[in-house]
Amino acid sequence: MSGAPARAGDGRPGFVRRSWSVVALPLISIVLALVVGAVIILASELLIPGQAFDPLLPFRAYAALAQGAIGFPPDLNAIVSTLVATAPLLLAGLSVGLGFKAGLFNIGAQGQFLMGALGAVATGIAVSSQPSFIAIPLALAGGMLAGAAWGFIPGILKALSGAHEVVTTIMLNYVAISLLAGIVSGPLNVPGAPSPITPDVGNAALPIIFGRDAHLGLFIAFAAVGVVAWLLYRTTFGFEVRTVGANSDAARYAGMHPRLLIVVIMSLAGLLSGLAGAGDTLGLQHHLTSSYGTTVGFDSIAVALLGRSNPVGILFASLLFGGMRAGAPLMQISAGIPAQLVDVLQATVLLFLVAAPVLRRVLHLRGTPAAIDPTPTFTGTYGGNDVAGL
Amino acid sequence: MTIETASPPAPALEMRGITKRYPGVVANDHIDLEVRPGEIHALLGENGAGKTTLMNILYGLARPDEGEILLDGRPVTITGPSDAIARGISMVHQHFMLVPVLSVAENILLGEETMANPVFLDRREARRRILELGRRFHFEIEPDARVSTLSVGWQQRVEILKALYRQARILVLDEPTAVLTPQETEEIFAVLRRLAAEGHSIVFISHKLYEVLEIADRITVIRRGRVVGSRIPSETNEDDLAELMVGREVQLTVDRGASHPAEVALRIEGLRVADDRGSEVVRGIDLDVRAGEILGIAGVAGNGQDELVEALIGLRRPAAGRITLAGHDVTGHSPRQLNEAGVAFVPADRHRFGLVLPFDVSDNLVLTSYYRSPFARGILRNDAAIETAAKETVAAFDIRTPSVHAQMSTLSGGNQQKVVVGREFGRDLRLLVLDQPTRGLDVGSIEFIHRRTIAKRDAGTAVLLVSAELDEILELSDRIAVMYRGEIVAVVDGPTADKNAIGLLMATGGRAAAGVEQVPA
Repeated sequence: MSGAPARAGDGRPGFVRRSWSVVALPLISIVLALVVGAVIILASELLIPGQAFDPLLPFRAYAALAQGAIGFPPDLNAIVSTLVATAPLLLAGLSVGLGFKAGLFNIGAQGQFLMGALGAVATGIAVSSQPSFIAIPLALAGGMLAGAAWGFIPGILKALSGAHEVVTTIMLNYVAISLLAGIVSGPLNVPGAPSPITPDVGNAALPIIFGRDAHLGLFIAFAAVGVVAWLLYRTTFGFEVRTVGANSDAARYAGMHPRLLIVVIMSLAGLLSGLAGAGDTLGLQHHLTSSYGTTVGFDSIAVALLGRSNPVGILFASLLFGGMRAGAPLMQISAGIPAQLVDVLQATVLLFLVAAPVLRRVLHLRGTPAAIDPTPTFTGTYGGNDVAGL
Repeated sequence: MTIETASPPAPALEMRGITKRYPGVVANDHIDLEVRPGEIHALLGENGAGKTTLMNILYGLARPDEGEILLDGRPVTITGPSDAIARGISMVHQHFMLVPVLSVAENILLGEETMANPVFLDRREARRRILELGRRFHFEIEPDARVSTLSVGWQQRVEILKALYRQARILVLDEPTAVLTPQETEEIFAVLRRLAAEGHSIVFISHKLYEVLEIADRITVIRRGRVVGSRIPSETNEDDLAELMVGREVQLTVDRGASHPAEVALRIEGLRVADDRGSEVVRGIDLDVRAGEILGIAGVAGNGQDELVEALIGLRRPAAGRITLAGHDVTGHSPRQLNEAGVAFVPADRHRFGLVLPFDVSDNLVLTSYYRSPFARGILRNDAAIETAAKETVAAFDIRTPSVHAQMSTLSGGNQQKVVVGREFGRDLRLLVLDQPTRGLDVGSIEFIHRRTIAKRDAGTAVLLVSAELDEILELSDRIAVMYRGEIVAVVDGPTADKNAIGLLMATGGRAAAGVEQVPA
């Protein structure tokens, strides 16, 4: 109503207040999701007749989950398995988060991931007998380019015709699945194999740096956090991206080019998801099958939302979801809870995040002045406020 | 105009000691307000003074921390807008709450459906009541007319009709004249006077002093959440009210001095521009603006001004015609090219076009220059240079902010606009395009921006001022062009212009209007 309340210092709330206002909502969402998960576990006990009711089962399940993810005491193999599960989520999460920052809802991380895997393996097979220091960069570049191409298409469609990226990326996801299956069972198929499978990438395989399978791709993924943060907050390009995302009208008036930026951002987002797919295949399987499937591309949307599109936030969010993925098998074995509970938890976190306005009111949380909330973007770009429609 | 009441009966509305605190600020500090039946009571104050908070409390949108509300002498608790409406309190908002594709009757029925039976509306009864109300208050309106076909002035009457249909006895009007021509304002005033004569009480919120003096029976002035004075129009004047409102002496009209027009800076020849739907809304405009003069473009909103401005700053490609800047053809140049050629722009809607609210002050100050040295080194931002320049601009333009890193949305409207002005004025310019640069600002900020505009003119910049607020045009312009349906229908000398004649031209485009001498474009 009236003038800004007087505040000391530089006009921003103190560091603690500011940090809390950014992380409060994600943290509360996680806690509430764990509560919902516990209720589901307890309810499922009642459904199984003849089994003694164990009120502590949720705690045992979550303890097993944590033990599988980190180990107790901390265990290198457990941690490595968490990192391996984290890396693709992190890269694809950065991809979706980058889109959010520019006001774009990239649902196509899944297709871009698959194309990245395909591009990396196809290139890797071609250079499999070259020395590693040549084969690896080439194979990674092949994956990144294929992913970028898969991001470029919805970008250019939106810039030229205003076609909404949500629709085009979803469609391209299906195209990617079919394309991958077709190429793996066709041109790249090993003749005579019992089921469609590609040859091994040979020297293009990423070397293991430590542990059982902590490959080079993990380091690339974690380095990408710094690169994306640098791009967003230190470069003039990043300033343009954030301006277009926060107010594309003002960006246009200021002489920026929202349409061009959309194409570049979608391509970069595709590149990051493609790198996720490349790292996953070159680091772990070293080949592709026609049924190569993953949910990384979809999980990364949850990661980006939980991380509030901030590169560091996405790092923590992907570690959480990666840890849950890594810990799920142990939970299944030692507590008898199906690993699918992790999917439930992940989805519930997302539901609470999307219900942010309700949560804020119920819990009397103030808005987060420092961060651009990705959730309005989600609904905001859909239909209305189209950047390219201008 | 006022009805003579010997001994006033119990006030229709009394607000006693209303206090509302928000974190860090007291929006209302023991405010007393008393509105008698049949009275037009003006509530005068700058933006952020607490007018809106007080009215939100009256309308049940906010609960007071202290104080009480009395209707006809009886204390009441208003729980929400529907409760307020049930008690006979209605609000006409500054931005109309009408559905353009629905008819007048349908809009009036929204939320207050007159039912023939539980399933169907009783349209006939609704029509009858609307016509009857229109007759009673002398503004007969066709109930089946589509709202989108009505002028702004008539849309406002629909809003008032809506309130009357709900049997409002206390009518709150929030800046009702902001978008009206002088003639429409007069007509709405006539309506309000008739309403008051019938015993309705009217709270008239405004910061336009001469209007308040004209329409109100009593004036309550609030500043920083407190009542600082109460006046009767016959015993006060604009200077007195302005001083009460701002808390210091204000110069209401900027001494603009004589202009010294030099060579033609902007030449528009045969300009035609289409709107988003492809229909031509700027239809062959020829106009010269000289360096060192302010040319005002007067016109009712929606007569092609937006598209003209967008063509001038590079956001809309003209369908035909030529735009020349200091002798160079710049038709079809991009916003950035024009910016670099010395064109600056202050938009009417600063939140949408001028600022990025989630960013801090310093980022907003480099919104058009972030890519240039010294703010960029290659592809990298130079945060140190951005901060230094921001501090200089904040000091030079008296932007009240705790720091250059304060988030834009935490600044008051006046200071937000100063950020835009600081960014656009703070360099050498050829052409300055102002689109309602003071819309919604307080008196102090308006004075500041007007001064800076004059200073820019005197420094040799050509200024093109577009505004639907005729007062602003009259106050600043050296020449005035009237725009009607995409054409310039008259160009008159600014200092000698007659307000009513221009108002008539704005409303009708009437080339036949007598008394307006045409001066060459």
